[in-house]
Amino acid sequence: MSLLTLNGMKTNIGQYAVLHDVTLDVPEGGVFVLLGRNGAGKTTTLRSIMGLWQPSPGSVLFKGQDITAMHTADIARLDIAFVPENMGVFGGLTVEENLILATAKGRFDPARLKRIYELFPALETFWTKQAWSLSGGQKQMLAVARAIIEPRALILIDEPTKGLAPAIVDAMADAFREIAQNTTILLVEQNFEFAKSLGRDMAVIDDGRIAHSGTMADFAADTALQDRLLSLSA
Amino acid sequence: MQQINDFAGRLGGVYLLPVVVAALAFVMIGAPSSWVTLTVAGLAMGMMIFLMASGLSLVFGLMDVLNFGHSAFVSFGAFIAASVLAWLSGWLEADAVSLNIAALFLAFGAAILFGLVAGWFFETVIVKPVYKDHLRQILITMGALIVAEQMILAIWGGTPVSVPRPEFLEGSLLIGDITIEIYRIFAFLLGLGVYAALYLTLNRTRIGLLIRAGVENREMVEALGFRVDRLFVAVFMLGSALAALGGAMWAGYETLITPALGAEMMIVVFIVVIIGGLGSIQGTLLGAIMVGLMANYIGYLAPKLALASNMILMVAILLWRPNGLKPAVK
Repeated sequence: MSLLTLNGMKTNIGQYAVLHDVTLDVPEGGVFVLLGRNGAGKTTTLRSIMGLWQPSPGSVLFKGQDITAMHTADIARLDIAFVPENMGVFGGLTVEENLILATAKGRFDPARLKRIYELFPALETFWTKQAWSLSGGQKQMLAVARAIIEPRALILIDEPTKGLAPAIVDAMADAFREIAQNTTILLVEQNFEFAKSLGRDMAVIDDGRIAHSGTMADFAADTALQDRLLSLSA
Repeated sequence: MQQINDFAGRLGGVYLLPVVVAALAFVMIGAPSSWVTLTVAGLAMGMMIFLMASGLSLVFGLMDVLNFGHSAFVSFGAFIAASVLAWLSGWLEADAVSLNIAALFLAFGAAILFGLVAGWFFETVIVKPVYKDHLRQILITMGALIVAEQMILAIWGGTPVSVPRPEFLEGSLLIGDITIEIYRIFAFLLGLGVYAALYLTLNRTRIGLLIRAGVENREMVEALGFRVDRLFVAVFMLGSALAALGGAMWAGYETLITPALGAEMMIVVFIVVIIGGLGSIQGTLLGAIMVGLMANYIGYLAPKLALASNMILMVAILLWRPNGLKPAVK
């Protein structure tokens, strides 16, 4: 059974139609990767799922429940976390405050906090520092940590490797593998090598439409299809 | 230059500014007694302006709403407090300090209650339909300010209204040849108390954390599962209540108020919010104290420049720090 289903989703931003027809099934468990060129509609898809932009027409079903018209906050309370492309960390808040804001009851579960320290040791080091003073990689770690500080059914992550050093990208991949053992991740990514190392299932969005969906193994083996759907010259 | 900046940062950074201004004024004024009187007057004035401006700064920072009607709450707070104080004039003139205090706090309570209710109404009926549209916000909130002024004219009339003060706040303290009005000390202490309460709320509570986060990135707060629109109403009500309290304090300070009070204060309040930095309570306090001190020092040293002092201060600070003295992190 699908955890998340998008049915004929169309989203306009102002007068511009960005998503024309997005239909997608995200199965429960593992990492589902959404690939696509710049401007194809990847970010808009995630934001539409979160209710930050309203799709119309079309529907978004989560565990069979229609969440299309729900408020973003109510969607988040269904245990859906969102890590935006700009990371969305609150620069004026400390690392601790950023994380505590994402807890359900304003206090940490010691076991989960320990797991976060293990995944991202830098966060423990900079616990009382304001988030604006962190490096790009540390901010990304904080953004992901905030998404997993509570148990989540689904985490939407938008281009987490953008601008990060290769060593941090590797660390992030390890972290995602571990997180995906208990949670479903819908990952939007342009770094194909990174996506290939994580994804079990995948889809490619092109010009606001799902152009291809299947397993990552099949897509990785089909270089002609990759060239057609992902290369800049296509 | 960097070394100077680092050294200034270690000494307190922009928080050092009022101290520097006060020190310069001390040299220029020459007479210590006049300097102390002017400094206390400036601090008291600054604290009252802080009360009026703090809510606007939060509303501006959190909600991105340009509320030119904010000073209507200042006006109504002043007139409501004046009416309550006039109604309780017997208590004000009584020898018992407890009755004096009760009258004063009933007047402040009435102003705050008005601010809360009117703030809720204003946000729900007037501001909510024009979120994300600055031009309409300016037009509709300016319109609301004009309507509010006309309502004050209709209720209290056009003639200046005198504001009775409680007996215990009348008079001055004499320390050597230094004279300090008791009301100014009271205004300073009340403002300081409100600042401390706001500071603790914003920095030590979950709701404060949400407000600070919302000022930075509203969308992300919603993506964490919080209804920012409900937070907006609460912040708007709080800001309106603080403005009404500031108006009530100002009424006692001026002792004679007119319906034009709100429009007059609006300019000062906006200057404070802009030079302090949007969405920052510390910045608003700093800006308000700077405005209060400069108005008093320049009024004494160069009376002809007094009216322009706030504008000159704003231009100087914005040239130095275009985002204000202590803006909230965005």
